[in-house]
Amino acid sequence: MAVAVAQRIRLSYSKYWYAYAMIAPVVIVLGVLVGYPLVRGIYLTLTNATSLNVGRQIGVNHIPDSFDFIGLDNYADVLWGPTAYDRFWSHFIWTVAWTAICVVLHYGIGLGLALLLNRKMRGRGLYRLVLILPWAVPTFVTVFSWRLMLADGGAVNGLLSFLHLPEPAWLSDPLAQKAAAILVNTWVGVPFMMISLLGGLQSIPQELYEAAEMDGASPWQRFRHVTLPGLRTVSSTVVLLGVIWTFNQFAVIFLLFGSGAPDAQILVTWAYRLGFGQQPSDYAQSATYGILLLSILIVFTTFYRRWLARNEKANG
Amino acid sequence: MSTQTAHQTEEPDQAGSPMTLTADRPAAGAATTERPAKIRRRGQSSPLATVLSHGTLIVASLVALFPVLYIAYISLGPDDNDYLHPAKIFDKMTFANYTKVMNDTGFFTWFGNSAIVAGGTTVIGVLIAASTGYAVSRMRFPGYRQLMWTLLVTQMFPIAVLIVPMYYILSNLGMLDSYTGLILVYSSTTVPYCAWLLKGYFDTIPMEIDEAGRVDGLSPIGTFWRLILPLARPGLAVAAFYSFLTAWGEVAYASTFMLSSDKYTLAVGLSSFVSEHDHQWQLMAATSVLIALPAAVVFYLVQRHLVTGLTAGAAKS
Repeated sequence: MAVAVAQRIRLSYSKYWYAYAMIAPVVIVLGVLVGYPLVRGIYLTLTNATSLNVGRQIGVNHIPDSFDFIGLDNYADVLWGPTAYDRFWSHFIWTVAWTAICVVLHYGIGLGLALLLNRKMRGRGLYRLVLILPWAVPTFVTVFSWRLMLADGGAVNGLLSFLHLPEPAWLSDPLAQKAAAILVNTWVGVPFMMISLLGGLQSIPQELYEAAEMDGASPWQRFRHVTLPGLRTVSSTVVLLGVIWTFNQFAVIFLLFGSGAPDAQILVTWAYRLGFGQQPSDYAQSATYGILLLSILIVFTTFYRRWLARNEKANG
Repeated sequence: MSTQTAHQTEEPDQAGSPMTLTADRPAAGAATTERPAKIRRRGQSSPLATVLSHGTLIVASLVALFPVLYIAYISLGPDDNDYLHPAKIFDKMTFANYTKVMNDTGFFTWFGNSAIVAGGTTVIGVLIAASTGYAVSRMRFPGYRQLMWTLLVTQMFPIAVLIVPMYYILSNLGMLDSYTGLILVYSSTTVPYCAWLLKGYFDTIPMEIDEAGRVDGLSPIGTFWRLILPLARPGLAVAAFYSFLTAWGEVAYASTFMLSSDKYTLAVGLSSFVSEHDHQWQLMAATSVLIALPAAVVFYLVQRHLVTGLTAGAAKS
C-alpha cells in the first residue's frame, strides 16, 4: 500500500514533464508554421502591403519592405468602404448561406444513409464501401470529373434533358454556379458525416430501443427520443467540424471555377484571389479578409459551444 | 412506416388503436390464427421497407460511383472533344492517354516525390498527433484547455492568410523546394484534426491498461508506445488515411513551395503539364485517374477501420 502511494506520488511528480514532452512536437510545428504566420498576417492587415512594395529578392539584390503602417484602415475599408457590399457583404451572405445549406445537406443525407446502413440487410458492407468512396477521391480529381459532367452537353444535363427538365448552364450562369458548387460539395462531404453518424448509431445500446418498444413508442418516437439524443455528442462534434470545414472549403470552389464566377466566390477563395489571383497582389486586404474570416469562426464556435453546454445542462 | 405495420400485426388489440382497426376487429381476430407466419422479430423489416432501403442505397451508390467511373471512361477516349460525346468513346477505347502522360512527363519522378511527401506527412503527422492525443487524453496539465482550443482553432485558418508568411518562414529556414518543408506544412494542416480524433479514440481505451503498464515499470511514454498505440489501430488508420489524402491531392501549397520541376508532386506536375496542353481534357482525365489510384489503394487498406476509428473520436471529444 505504502509502495503504491509512493509510486503514485512519484508518477504525478513526473506527469507534467511527460505531458509537455509529448505535446512539444505539435506545439513547435504549429507555433512556427501557424502561430508565426498568424502574427505576421495580423501585422500585414495593419499595413498597405501589396506585391509591389514588399521586400523581395531580385537576382542578388535584396529590395527591402517599403509598405507603411496604416492602422485599422483596411478593416474600415473592407467593412464600410465604398463598394463594401460588393466586395465583402455579398460574399459574406453567400458564405453563410453556403455553409448552412451544405451542412444541412451533409447532415441530413448522411443521417438518412447511416440509418439505412444500420439495418440488418444483405450487401450492407458493399453499400458502405461504395458510399464512403467519394471521400477517398482527391478533391482535385472529384472537381475535375464534376466539371466534365456539369459542362454543357455533359452527363448531368444529358440526364436532365432525358427527364425533360430544364438544363441550366451550370458553369456560367451565376445562380446555377452556386447550385453546382453546393451539389459538388455535398457529394464530397456526405461520406464523412455518414460514417461518423453510423458509428454513433452503432454505439447506442440496443436495450434502449427494446425498452422504448416495450413502452409502446412508435418508430418516430423511438427516433426522436432514443436515436437523436443518443447521437447528440457525435452530432455536435461533426456539425461543428462541418461548419468550420465548409466555411473554409477552398478547394471545391477554387477548382470548380478558377478565377471566374465572382458571384460564387466564398470569403476564403475571394481572399485568395485578392492575394494571388490578381496583379498587383493585395496582401494586406487579403490578410484582412483572412483575419475577419477567422474571427467569424471563432465567435461562432464560442457561441456554439456555450449553447451546447447550456443544452447539456438543461437535458441533465 | 414499415415497423408500424409490424406493430399492428403483432398487437392488433392494443388499446387506442385507430378506428379502422377497431371496426375490423372480427377480421383481426381471424388473423390471429395466421399470426405465427406473419410475425417478425425486431430489427427485421417488411419486404416493402427492404425494397425501399435497397432502392435508396442503390441510387445513392450510383451517385457516389458515377463521377469516378465517368472520368475513368472519359480517360479512354483519344480525342479532345470526346467528353462532349461520351457515347462515341465506346468504339475507340484506348490507353493512349495514359502512355502519353507517363512518357511525356516526369511522371515517375513526381510519383516518387508525392510518395515521399505523402508518406512522410502520414508517418510524422500521425506520430506527433498520436503523442499529443495521448497526452491530452490521459494527463491533465496546465495549458490543457488552451491546447485543445488551439487544436480546434487551427483548423479554422484560411489558407490565404497562411500561405505568404509560410513562404517567408520556409525561405528563411532554407526549406523551400525541400521535402521536409512541405511535409511540415502538411503536418501542420493535418495534425490538429488527427490529434483531436485520436484523443477521442484513446479516451475509449480503459485507463486500467495504462495503470497495468505503469505498475509493470513502463514509463508513460513506454506505456503509450507499447500498449496503447497497438490497441488504437483503428483510430491510427483513420488518422493515417486522412493525412495521406490531404497530402496526396493538395495543390496550392505544393505549387507555391516546390519550385523546381524535379521536386513537383504528382498533382502539381500533372496539372502544369495539362495546362500546357490547353483543353486536352482527355489527358487531364487520364491524369486524374492516375492520381486517384494510389489513394484508392490506401482507402481499400483502411476502410474496414473507418467506422470504429472515426466514431470513437467524434463520440467522445
